Amino acid sequence: MQTLKLVAVSAGLGTPSSTRLLADRLLQAARHRLTEQEYAVDVEVVELRDLALDIAKNFVTGFPSAALQEAIDKVTGADGVIAVTPVFTASYSGLFKSFFDLIDPSALTGTPVLIGATGGTARHSLVLDHALRPLFAYLRALTLPTAVYAASEDWGTGGGEAAPTGFSGEGLPSRITRAGNEFADAVAALPSRRTEEDEIVPFEKQLADLRLD
Amino acid sequence: MQFGIFTVGDVTADPTTGRTPTEHERIKDTVAIALKAEEVGLDVFATGEHHNPPFVPSSPTTLLGHIAARTENLILSTSTTLITTNDPVKIAEDYATLQHLAEGRVDLMMGRGNTGPVYPWFGQDIRQGIPLAIENYALLHKLWREDVVDWEGKFRTALQGFTSTPRPLDGVPPFVWHGSIRSPEIAEQAAYYGDGFFANHIFWPKQHTEKMVRLYRQRYAHYGHGTPEQAIVGLGGQIFMRKNSQDAIREFRPYFDNAPVYGHGPSLEEFSRETPLTVGSPQEVIERTLSFRDYVGDYQRQLFLVDHAGLPLKTVLEQLDILGEEVVPVLRKEFASLRPAGVPETAPLHPSVQKKLEV
Repeated sequence: MQTLKLVAVSAGLGTPSSTRLLADRLLQAARHRLTEQEYAVDVEVVELRDLALDIAKNFVTGFPSAALQEAIDKVTGADGVIAVTPVFTASYSGLFKSFFDLIDPSALTGTPVLIGATGGTARHSLVLDHALRPLFAYLRALTLPTAVYAASEDWGTGGGEAAPTGFSGEGLPSRITRAGNEFADAVAALPSRRTEEDEIVPFEKQLADLRLD
Repeated sequence: MQFGIFTVGDVTADPTTGRTPTEHERIKDTVAIALKAEEVGLDVFATGEHHNPPFVPSSPTTLLGHIAARTENLILSTSTTLITTNDPVKIAEDYATLQHLAEGRVDLMMGRGNTGPVYPWFGQDIRQGIPLAIENYALLHKLWREDVVDWEGKFRTALQGFTSTPRPLDGVPPFVWHGSIRSPEIAEQAAYYGDGFFANHIFWPKQHTEKMVRLYRQRYAHYGHGTPEQAIVGLGGQIFMRKNSQDAIREFRPYFDNAPVYGHGPSLEEFSRETPLTVGSPQEVIERTLSFRDYVGDYQRQLFLVDHAGLPLKTVLEQLDILGEEVVPVLRKEFASLRPAGVPETAPLHPSVQKKLEV
């Protein structure tokens, strides 16, 4: 059986970072689900903090460093991507957006994407739907319906069915499990769409398209 | 092999003095640089084409015509001619005229241009960049080879019974290069016509160049123009030299750090590692340039960028002296000794230039 590649992108800045923690938990949940179904799974985390200077330099020079190229290749070559950002000033962080600005707009077309965000309070949780979801819609990714937002208070609550504020219906661990399962099932259901080489359009065809031949 | 320089024609403040040359000075300096290129024994001078500040070369054939009148041997070329937004009929007329005035010392390089607003300014749509490059060149190719042209395309008014005048010198059109950083369609176009392919090879990592040249060579053979090794390849390069490597780095650093294209980004050292930029001694430039052959094969033309980012004229002329005296003679010898028989030494020359060489 083919090995499925899952890549998590974390835009957390702290060490340790709760954004990274959420990314790891989502990745574990998805891996668990796929392993149960006897898939071979390869997981990796791309930490944007380590690439912050390379990302800025790419904007200036127009090309990525070797390390950044490697990270971009990992993400665009994955069978599924988990993208997690802290909330900064009412949206995803600038670093998070900058990284995705450097990805070819068609490179994630059809790729299952699980989105997640972290913040100081639950009041920012709609950032998933008003910021992250449109971003991945533009990239024509297959964004999963369940996304996970973790506020600081979520890390101090139990895992069962009780929600910290009482209205969302689930605690963080069960939300992570649900999102991970949904994502894993989408990854398993889709055939790999990866191609290695650029296709050459023969020149006769290029001329014919212009009706010049 | 042909060696030369190519200019972007930017008007940039010298970061060490804060002084910005006038457009008049920059144009006159460009002429002085071209004349120096001939004086030190270089083969080619090429100018870019831009239609917005801070660039001066909006009218390449005016500039090249003037240089043609003041030189004897220098091949005059472009880097690049905007095949997307210029009328191919005007390109055919302008460069054929230049060819007559320069006794055949003309070739040109087609490019799409990278300034978005130029397309609407000239009535075109940037989303049609590649189709424009393909259709316009197809027409230009025909105009130089058929005396009477009937034409209908998508982008330009149709032509019935049109003759582009003057006809190319002795019926031989200028040799054409196609320049691109990473569009396989353009490598394919160059291969289809058996034209040259020029890889920008400045500002970008070598991987792009390697991939595009490999594709071009394969497709050149596919279309029956010769073996992959016989395809006509040109490369850019960016250098700054002083006798001692450390002096070169010290002197060039402020220009690098403030350069319009890549300044305020990576360090000079990083950029030198990641791109073909070479700042150092003449020997270092020789070694780096010879190493280009390792990933593109034996090639026919090497153009260096030496006059951008606000470097003063005096410094640029010194660079040309070093290039002509210490670097190019060694490169000519080394590349010639490595080049297998059957691989062209240069891009095709106009018969009148060839004849002059043989005298």
